[in-house]
Amino acid sequence: MQRYSALNIARHAATGHRHWEPAWRQAAPRRRYRVLIVGGGGHGLASAYYLAREHGITDVAVLEKGWIGGGNTGRNTTIVRSNYLWSASAALYEQSMKLWEGLSADLNFNVMFSQRGVLNLGHTLQDMRDIRRRVNANRLNGIDGEVLDQAGVKKRVPFINTDPGIRFPVMGASWQPRAGIARHDAVAWGFARAADSLGVDVVENCEVTGIRRENGSVVGVDTSRGPIDADRVGVVVAGHAGVLAEMGGFRLPIESHPLQALVSEPIKPILDTVVMSNAIHVYVSQSDKGELVIGAGIDAYNGYGQRGSMQTIEHFLSALVELYPIFSRMRLLRHWGGIVDTCPDASPIIGKTPVKGLYFNCGWGTGGFKATPGSGWVFAHTLATGEPHPINEPFSLQRFETGALVDEHGAAAVAH
Amino acid sequence: MLLIPCPWCGPRDESEFSYGGEAHIARPREPESLSDAEWADYQFMRTNPCGWHREQWLHAHGCRRWFNVERNTATYAIRAAYRLDEAPPHREDAL
Ligand SMILES: Cc1cc2nc3c(=O)[nH]c(=O)nc-3n(C[C@H](O)[C@H](O)[C@H](O)COP(=O)(O)OP(=O)(O)OC[C@H]3O[C@@H](n4cnc5c(N)ncnc54)[C@H](O)[C@@H]3O)c2cc1C
Ligand SMILES: [Zn+2]
Repeated sequence: MQRYSALNIARHAATGHRHWEPAWRQAAPRRRYRVLIVGGGGHGLASAYYLAREHGITDVAVLEKGWIGGGNTGRNTTIVRSNYLWSASAALYEQSMKLWEGLSADLNFNVMFSQRGVLNLGHTLQDMRDIRRRVNANRLNGIDGEVLDQAGVKKRVPFINTDPGIRFPVMGASWQPRAGIARHDAVAWGFARAADSLGVDVVENCEVTGIRRENGSVVGVDTSRGPIDADRVGVVVAGHAGVLAEMGGFRLPIESHPLQALVSEPIKPILDTVVMSNAIHVYVSQSDKGELVIGAGIDAYNGYGQRGSMQTIEHFLSALVELYPIFSRMRLLRHWGGIVDTCPDASPIIGKTPVKGLYFNCGWGTGGFKATPGSGWVFAHTLATGEPHPINEPFSLQRFETGALVDEHGAAAVAH
Repeated sequence: MLLIPCPWCGPRDESEFSYGGEAHIARPREPESLSDAEWADYQFMRTNPCGWHREQWLHAHGCRRWFNVERNTATYAIRAAYRLDEAPPHREDAL
């Protein structure tokens, strides 16, 4: 792999930057691999990278039906945090946070991880009690967090509307200083390049159309570029999890919904943190280019269309201008949608399926970007050993039979 | 934005409705005789197809009645709406 460094940039400047190598090879699929990963989003690529790096398994291909970063990885609003309530989630998201903190160096790719903190606003007494409980739980799990009162919020976001007369007055917030945002495309590209350099085949334009099984075990997949055999198959296709499950002959407790986001015209720096509100259902941050990045909840209906309804946008924009009247006259530049795989307990499913050798990593719904490295890390362990890592053990598909759900609606209720 | 044909009120804007998820999931008659796996299947598992989907809608800001719709989850086209006591207009294999 050609390394990125200040020295190399200077060297290539001398030849007009005409000789940089592509970041990853255009691999054509071989007939057989030890491990196949279906889905070339951040989670699939991270799984391949950690399989190669942590477990020395490089006979791996990542099969992506479109292009790298074309799914939710390249469509999300990039909020990264680990302040979830339950210990099982804390372990998973905090493992991810730790990997984020060294990720640019690990990948030799600047993922622009910016730990600018996240505020989760509280608007009622009960909100504030829940926030206190969640922050206490976070701290017991070694995760940073503070409870701020209204003055504390105002100090960080001076233009927020703290008028007590608004429909949902701002009473305070939880504050996680180590949370922040990252550049989503860079995450996909960085993992693709790093996995490729360790020998993984990153295969684009290769759609999986069937999962081949013999005697209850997976033996490979059919694709738009021909059949491919494998000992183990890991499926990481976000919104399409249900479609792939059907190919495997089982169902999931997952429904696919459109989730929309939008960006404004760029303005001078005004907001140097991330502000989310579960009750009013909107969140906002400012990108390095100066655009406000705005998102909220899913469209209620099932949908694979990567677009949703205007009323949903109207809903979160009205919340935005109530909280931040200063933004009311800004223009919006773009808006788009992704397909998110929502799970009844707002927690992911990472592990075994009814088919031997077939593993799923899905159900991240509206909040999986933050988990990209951690999800890949535990899934790599699962694919390498055939068994879940202790961190992803509580996130089995089995939990819907045993009833041991990991209910994170309180920490995850708004899309983020 | 969807234009949803309520069987009683005719086509109305989506904002008048609320969504009720997959249709035709029958509550088991004898829940106590179900295994955990069967109960989980009823309670949590969904078909979640990419294509034609039978789903429930409530005309919340209209006649306040529930009904079923056949909607394509990939194109968002709606090809039928029918009352709860009516059989689905298209056969299973046409879904
Ligand atoms: C608008 C929006 C905002 C969001 N905001 C946040 C946020 O702020 N913070 C946060 O943590 N999370 C957020 N999320 C959620 C987050 O984006 C997802 O949970 C996460 O990106 C899922 O990761 P992935 O790699 O599995 O998904 P994807 O990037 O969607 O990857 C799945 C890949 O599988 C491919 N695929 C599908 N079917 C097949 C097939 N048959 N064969 C081969 N390949 C296939 C797809 O083309 C796709 O590239 C947001 C999501 C959206 C849509
Ligand atoms: Zn009606």
